[in-house]
Amino acid sequence: MTNAELKDAILTALGSVAPEMVAAEIDPKLAFRDQIDIDSMDFLNFIIALHQSLGLDVPESDYPRLSNLDGAMDYLAKKLGLKSAN
Amino acid sequence: MPALGADMEAGTLVEWLKQPGDRVQRGDIIAVVETQKGAIEIEVFRDGVLDKLVAVPGQKLPVGAVMAIIRSAGEAPAVPPIAPAHAPPPQAVKPLRPAAPAGAPPVPAPVATSGHVRASPAARRQAAALGIDLAALPGSAAGGAISLADVERAAAQRPAPALAAAQGMRQAIGAAMARSKREIPHYYLSTTIDLEPALRWLEAENMKRPVTDRLLHSVLLLKATAVELRSYPEFNGYWTEDGFRPVDAVHLGVAVSLRQGGLVAPAIHDADRLALGDLMAMLRDLVRRARAGGLRSSELSDPTITVTNLGEQGVETVFPVIYPPQVAIVGFGAVSARPWIVDGAVTPRRVLVASLAADHRVSDGHRGARFLAAIARLLLEPDRL
Repeated sequence: MTNAELKDAILTALGSVAPEMVAAEIDPKLAFRDQIDIDSMDFLNFIIALHQSLGLDVPESDYPRLSNLDGAMDYLAKKLGLKSAN
Repeated sequence: MPALGADMEAGTLVEWLKQPGDRVQRGDIIAVVETQKGAIEIEVFRDGVLDKLVAVPGQKLPVGAVMAIIRSAGEAPAVPPIAPAHAPPPQAVKPLRPAAPAGAPPVPAPVATSGHVRASPAARRQAAALGIDLAALPGSAAGGAISLADVERAAAQRPAPALAAAQGMRQAIGAAMARSKREIPHYYLSTTIDLEPALRWLEAENMKRPVTDRLLHSVLLLKATAVELRSYPEFNGYWTEDGFRPVDAVHLGVAVSLRQGGLVAPAIHDADRLALGDLMAMLRDLVRRARAGGLRSSELSDPTITVTNLGEQGVETVFPVIYPPQVAIVGFGAVSARPWIVDGAVTPRRVLVASLAADHRVSDGHRGARFLAAIARLLLEPDRL
């Protein structure tokens, strides 16, 4: 998997819980919650969607590291053994 | 047509999911009805054999109208089938059109083409096809008659379906809440709950669970509320013409905000008896169906109390409004770390404010205070949940 494919997987998972989201408008440094209307149920469903598409189990204590796109890219790239996302 | 909440006056049949001759059981989904709360799956309330479909798809029916005839096994078919007198004749109403707002001023029927309205035949045909009320249109033709152009203009000015649906839901919420504020003498209480033990328990529990089975802290709040309602029955039930009617079962209405605006508060049935994992699964399913459509009729018609959790938005205290005919609503605010005194020493704890609005016709603040305190106590011992 390339970094571009990973980014795509993250945005697809996010879009599955927030269909009104426009992927191109997501600021990678801003928290998802400050850009789209998601609650903890939506966030859990986002983590479950990532689990289903990437086969990764993110422990709850690591959730804060996936709070924005850059953080999620870094964290998941490491987990998948990809080169640094940035 | 079942009443899916106190604020519903009518619904539009979208489709039948069973055919005459089909055997049906209580709880089977027999039809889909469009309401201000979206498309709702209608459940059968008795066992038997579907004898006759009375309502036709696209037809708008008032609450209480006969939609179909079900005969008990062994009962002779109703021959010839007779449509009950109070079932209205089919109207040429387009499916998915939002129902008239409950409690709002009477709106003219969509296709009431009264004989007194002067309109061209083409205008009449087009108005009927589009579901536009000619009587509400200004006429621009000679003598104030309505032309085809007038109808087309009115059609173009109509709100888009999504917007119309949102407006319908807003009106329904407004009508229910206006009734609540008009009729229910609310009293309000709040208490701050030490959630630290519950959250630590939850964090340890979630480490053991696969991601798909993890619990949200709101599930603990729902369970604690549901369990304590058994000891505080004056908050669980309905206000009726004959006064308060308590309900033995705890059908916990859960306020779910919709992405396009508005909210619904469908019930999790027998929430006090569900294990936490099952309650979480029910909550996930309920939120998904509330947002995507596919709530069931019983979920909307029988909540015995509502819980609203606005903590996600950082709100400290919720001052909730009771959803009639219920007699109480519990609100939960945000979890936040605060200096807290435990065993005489100040220590950081994660706390949350629980609030209660209840109906003074049924209970007093004294009992309300004890109810909130009981929820707080139970949450200090999450093992008991």
